Amino acid sequence: MAISQISYELAHLIGATVLMAGFQLLYQRRLFAVLNTFAFQAVALAAAAAWQAHIQDAPHLYVTAVIALVFKAMIVPFALHWLVEKLGIQRSVETAMSIGWTMMAGVGLVALSILLVLPVTANAAALTRESLALAMSVVLLGLLMMITRRNAVSQVVGFMALENGLILAAVSAKGMPLVVEISIAFSVLVAMTLFGIFFFRIRERFDTLDLHDLETWRGDRQ
Amino acid sequence: MLIASALSALLALALLGVLAGGEMWRHRVVYFCCGLASLVLLAGGLKHLGTTPGTGPEVVLPIGLPWMQAHFRLDNLSALFMVVVNLSTAAASFYGIGYCSHLPEPRRVTPFFPLFLFGMNAVLIADDAFMFLVSWEFMSLASWLLVLADHKKPENRSAAMIYLMMATFGTFCLLTCFGLLAGAEGGYSFPAMRKATLDSTAGFLVVALALLGAGSKAGLVPLHAWLPLAHPAAPSHVSALMSGVMTKVALYGLIRILFDLHGQVPWGWGPAIMVIGGVTAVLGVLYAVLQDDLKTLLAYSTVENIGVVMIGLGLAIAFKGSGENMLAALALVAGLYHIVNHSIFKTLLFLSAGAVITATGHRDLGRLGGLLKRMPWTGAATLVGAAAIAALPPLNGFVSEWLIFQSLFKGPSLPHWAMKFGVPVVGAMLALAAALAAACFVRAFGIAFLGRPRSREAAEAHQLPYSMRLPMAALAALCIVLGAMPVTVTDALSGVVFPLTGVHFAVSSDLGWPWLSPVSSTRGSYSGTVLVMVGLGLFAVTILLVHGFGTTRVRRADAWDCGHPEDIPESQYTGQSFAQPLRRVFCSSLFGARETVRMPEPGDMAPASLKVRLIDPIWVYLYLGIGRVVDFIADRVNRMQFLTVRRYLLMMFATLVFMLLVVAVRQQK
Repeated sequence: MAISQISYELAHLIGATVLMAGFQLLYQRRLFAVLNTFAFQAVALAAAAAWQAHIQDAPHLYVTAVIALVFKAMIVPFALHWLVEKLGIQRSVETAMSIGWTMMAGVGLVALSILLVLPVTANAAALTRESLALAMSVVLLGLLMMITRRNAVSQVVGFMALENGLILAAVSAKGMPLVVEISIAFSVLVAMTLFGIFFFRIRERFDTLDLHDLETWRGDRQ
Repeated sequence: MLIASALSALLALALLGVLAGGEMWRHRVVYFCCGLASLVLLAGGLKHLGTTPGTGPEVVLPIGLPWMQAHFRLDNLSALFMVVVNLSTAAASFYGIGYCSHLPEPRRVTPFFPLFLFGMNAVLIADDAFMFLVSWEFMSLASWLLVLADHKKPENRSAAMIYLMMATFGTFCLLTCFGLLAGAEGGYSFPAMRKATLDSTAGFLVVALALLGAGSKAGLVPLHAWLPLAHPAAPSHVSALMSGVMTKVALYGLIRILFDLHGQVPWGWGPAIMVIGGVTAVLGVLYAVLQDDLKTLLAYSTVENIGVVMIGLGLAIAFKGSGENMLAALALVAGLYHIVNHSIFKTLLFLSAGAVITATGHRDLGRLGGLLKRMPWTGAATLVGAAAIAALPPLNGFVSEWLIFQSLFKGPSLPHWAMKFGVPVVGAMLALAAALAAACFVRAFGIAFLGRPRSREAAEAHQLPYSMRLPMAALAALCIVLGAMPVTVTDALSGVVFPLTGVHFAVSSDLGWPWLSPVSSTRGSYSGTVLVMVGLGLFAVTILLVHGFGTTRVRRADAWDCGHPEDIPESQYTGQSFAQPLRRVFCSSLFGARETVRMPEPGDMAPASLKVRLIDPIWVYLYLGIGRVVDFIADRVNRMQFLTVRRYLLMMFATLVFMLLVVAVRQQK
């Protein structure tokens, strides 16, 4: 009983850490800080997956943890870091909405997901319920980040954070097959590669990665 | 069996019509065969009408949706409408034998004519919602193609477009209506719908949707906008069927849903339908009386008559919903009687309009005149039709309107204030519509057939072949017969009404056979038979007196010049001048009628002119209003095409959060 209580608390703590990282992403004003925070979130996610592997006694979740650690905590942030330096992108983050409002919207979204998930999963185990609520909050925060940032790099990070939320949901539910997680991980990698190529192309063509400037180039607008 | 073979014959005839090509005799053969098929269907309907009321024979064909075969059934209501439909289609088909050679492009008409007949008949015998809607669309599309027959005129193309949109709207409403009737289990056959019970919301929606769906096809105000455009655009024998018959098929759909499938329509719908009917009748006839185009005039008059029938149906619903089944049967009989009558005289009048157009090439009243002398057959038949539609005794139009009035007078006996106060208002509307209809047809007949010709073509009008004259004569004779033998008709109709109201209805209760006394003999009774006999007797006596006792001395005097001593056709009454008093009284505020007179200065050689401007309020405010709203929304939605990626994401995000909120709120309850 005591063990399961501790395992529950610990899983809760790690999930909450992922969520906290999600909030942190919302108020970073520097591009490198965004990337570091994202790496931190990925590490927390890897820890969550590993802990779930331990308490669920599901060895394949260790693979998930390793994937998260290698790809999302190392390769993706480093690649983006390199891209930002290579392209000489302006390092400040332009927000479309003031940070205070963004944080409040984030709190509202977390409240919404708790309201939503807890009654739906009334019959499931307490651990799964809490984790699902946390995971859903992370997904919504990622979406929020995508729409409140003007810079293309931070939009990509928002997308990755959203995906972190999905993985968190996947590892918390029992019996999620490994193949799903691996395919998600690879699709994220592919998406990252594509984004990188697009960054180069956009930069070459327009000399900026600020989407606001790109809009003026669309054919249907003067 | 006979009916099935006649229907398949119609389908085969459509194919023959395609093959007919340019050879006129082949077109004639197709029309002749259509006429024969209609006669067979007519006989089938009459035969079934004579049998005792029951569920009727059922035929199931393995076509249509795989899990639901096609059901057909001929019950008394179907049989009655089959008689109504095929009486007119037979006349129009035989008329087509002579008429088709006068069409600009008969090849665009002949193939679709049998399809149109097939569609209308199939609607009547369909016994499940699927077959009903398929046949209904068959009828709509075939008639749409016929409206487009003369597609080179731009106004015909726009009329067809409007017709198509209204038909789509109507079918959509009916589709939803049947979906509600079928319920969650999806019992789409009519017997299953009869068994199902509806809750009050679904019941309300069913009635409203049926009114919208069938009403748009029948031409209820304000859904009538397409009718006066599309009906005149088709060739005349098709106009006759669209106006005389297709509107009746729409009413069949309405009666089938409201009285049969729905079962218990609350009484409150009765006054509502009566008011719709009253407004339709008055507006329809006001439009009609202003028209100069003969066929448009007839089309608007159809709108009026549909309104009259709707008053009868509304009364029947009010009585039935209040438990007065005997009175409901009376009102329903009156409505059905008017349906039968209108199909006959409206077909007759459209056929005669076609004859006038064929003979003179004009459909504008201002270019006709004096045709009675050149075309005595057509003129006489039109006179009978016009008198019948103006509800003059002893013709059939009088009997049905009299019956509707008789049942209307019983309306205030219901214990509802809406009926006590509403019935006199609707009665006044009906009386106004009847009087205006009389004025309208005095004008139409007088301007077209009497007086002096207003154009060279009218002066040189030629008599038409027998194939066009005989159907008109037969329909005119039917107008007289149905008016002279009202009790026979009401007895036949009571068999139709019995399954719908549950009472055996005898309209000639206490006075015996030739007398109609629907309420009681002291309140009102009428006998067309006796009236005709007396009329003929007086006629004979007068002839005897004049020829037997009158003076035989020859007296010479000037011929009466009807108040027109100059021999100028322009000095006669015109359609416009005849309508002017009515236009000034009724239409200056309703239709915004304005007249501008331009008198040239002395010495100016330009002709004087009188311009009349009319605004159709329903078209301007309702339809153009809807158009503006759609434009406005489309304009707003169009802007969404040019948003940034972030805005699109924001929209998706907002939608997602909204949906989640809805779920969260619903869970809390």
